[in-house]
Amino acid sequence: MTSIFRTTAAALAVSFATAPVAFAEAHALSGDLVIFSDMSNPAPRAVMEGMVERFGAMHPDLNIELTVIDRDAFKTQIRNFLTANAPDVTNWYAANRMRPYVKAGLFEDVSDLWEEPEIAENLASTKGAMTLDGKQWGVAYTYYQWGVYYRSDIYDQYGLSEPATWDEEKANCQVLLDNGVKCYAIGTKFLWTAAGWFDYLNMRTNGYDFHAALTNGEKSWTSDEVRATFAHWRELIDMGAFVDNHQSYSWQEALPFIVNGDAAAYLMGNFAVAPLREAGLDDSKLDFYQFPAINPDVALAEDAPTDTFHIPANAKNKEAAREFLRFVVSTDNQTLINAGDALGQLPVNSAASVDDDKFLQQGFQMLSSNSPGGVAQFFDRDAPAEMAAAAMEGFQEFMVIPDNLDDILQRLESARSSIY
Amino acid sequence: MTNAALPTAPDTRPRRRNAQAIAPWLFLAPGLLFFLFYVIFPVFQSFNLSLYKWDGLGTPEFVGLKNYRDLGSDRAFEVSLWNNVKWLVLYLLAIPGGLFIALFLNQTVRGIRLYKSLFFFPFVISQVVVGLVFSWFYDPTFGLLNVMLGWVGLGPINVLGDPALVTYGIIVAGLWPQTAYCMILYLTGLNAVDPEQVEAARLDGAKGWRMLWYVILPQLRPATFIAFVVTIIGALRSFDLISIMTNGGPFGSSRVLSFYMFEKALSEYGFRMGYGAAIAVVLFLIMLVFIAYFLWSMYRQERPR
Repeated sequence: MTSIFRTTAAALAVSFATAPVAFAEAHALSGDLVIFSDMSNPAPRAVMEGMVERFGAMHPDLNIELTVIDRDAFKTQIRNFLTANAPDVTNWYAANRMRPYVKAGLFEDVSDLWEEPEIAENLASTKGAMTLDGKQWGVAYTYYQWGVYYRSDIYDQYGLSEPATWDEEKANCQVLLDNGVKCYAIGTKFLWTAAGWFDYLNMRTNGYDFHAALTNGEKSWTSDEVRATFAHWRELIDMGAFVDNHQSYSWQEALPFIVNGDAAAYLMGNFAVAPLREAGLDDSKLDFYQFPAINPDVALAEDAPTDTFHIPANAKNKEAAREFLRFVVSTDNQTLINAGDALGQLPVNSAASVDDDKFLQQGFQMLSSNSPGGVAQFFDRDAPAEMAAAAMEGFQEFMVIPDNLDDILQRLESARSSIY
Repeated sequence: MTNAALPTAPDTRPRRRNAQAIAPWLFLAPGLLFFLFYVIFPVFQSFNLSLYKWDGLGTPEFVGLKNYRDLGSDRAFEVSLWNNVKWLVLYLLAIPGGLFIALFLNQTVRGIRLYKSLFFFPFVISQVVVGLVFSWFYDPTFGLLNVMLGWVGLGPINVLGDPALVTYGIIVAGLWPQTAYCMILYLTGLNAVDPEQVEAARLDGAKGWRMLWYVILPQLRPATFIAFVVTIIGALRSFDLISIMTNGGPFGSSRVLSFYMFEKALSEYGFRMGYGAAIAVVLFLIMLVFIAYFLWSMYRQERPR
């Protein structure tokens, strides 16, 4: 009874967001709400603090304590605080990345939230990513597209256009190389950037279903399909398409190659746009295209990593935590926090509006209408952590010493047999 | 002294005798307790943990010696082990390096204190800073090393990106502060060298290498011993430089055991606690060889008195 009432109240409050006071009076939350967040970069931090402030204004009796932890440190600290000193709400990532905590019973099952019409209807697109063992374990609050960000002024200079096929891609690349410009910037020091390349090459060569099966441990790393993926990768490596010494740079340290025009394109997530703009590349110089098709028989599929909120199983104020999750995914809040001047990413709520930003619009278009094959999270979120670590190391080795491929694949295959 | 005092009043002053027996233990107790609780106990805990499969969250599952068998076929472990050997051997270069700088600086010239502090400087700054400075020095695009190699017509090399060179590159970075440390140890040692012996040796016609080898070095034995101890320990716990400069890469070629243990047990993609503990046990056994040697030689030094 109360849950129906609360749902209605939430729905009402969301649709009449101009009257938050009524919402707060409808069911006053009290006590403490402890939130641990990994949104430590400047823009996400401001978003998180803004959300807490607005949520606090709706529930004046609720004492909200927000702790923002460095994004990388968070990844290891979450294990400690989930078991020892659980907050009421915590950030994390979707898909396989939540499995260890779900398996250990540390995340609260929030399937009840997903049955509420407001969430069930508007958040359907991320339901799959939040589902493990047939239950939902949290809500997404933002996601972003991956794709090729390129210097449109350099492409114009050499008369190139956005490639749609693998042959066009390689032809473009050859022109750039002939003019002393590298085709792609990449920094593989922290390994995961190479996984982005593998994701796309494998999804374009073998399709989303094969890729999902591979990251689930159901396909062999020494199969012909995987070898075909690496053969395509090798074509680019042999051309010299990637910047030299990429193993010494982080993804941020590889940005200057694009900014200075030493490299023309960058396969990256949308978060690369902000630093590139800051470095002086405006929309007339920077553009975006979807990773081109390689095998025409497979449907295009994309990487779109999703960031999430969860309720720890040991949380004390679960009622307030659920209310906070509802607030985070509500239409208005989704529009607000994903806007270009906030997170600059895509809202998970289909009723929310996507910011007018050029890249967000293109990304939204791509994901909603031109990704029929499916949407993957990202290699290190789809594959179990141990497999991801071994494989990403292999990808980097392959990019530096492509001749080691057989050895690398053997190693990954034996890792697969022991991990899954 | 105690023995001499006791027979005079053995029965009348039992309290004093007790006090003398107990007092040292009382003073030692806090240290012993902390040592037991924070050092000895965790050592055995890791031994135990290395027999389990545990992700740090669920219930540990007993797997016997499986973790150790896995280590045997783990190539990343083999690479780390070899790198540890390289560190152990090459890091010892800090000792002769420090000795020669100390001999060079052990003279009375105007402003020698300034030179000494300049040479000691790398040991004062943080390892993180040393790592960053050397990363920039080695940087393949703007690094000073390649500029310098360019002067003599040698091609650019990417030290930290080349699996064959990377460990040596990091060891060189580590030698910079370690040499300074050994230098300071030898400088203090040189203060204690007996000038009369040097004078006598000089009268007997010793000079140069012979003087160094037969007269100076034997007197520097305590300093050499300490320099050896700190350098071996420093080599075995090399971690921060690797973490800062390469993060274990490229593709794991610069890992050492301590870094590999951290990666397996505590890093973003790790949390194989049992496997990490097994690596730690191997590292402990290697250290034990040296620790046993150090303890034995200290015991031997103290006994003849």
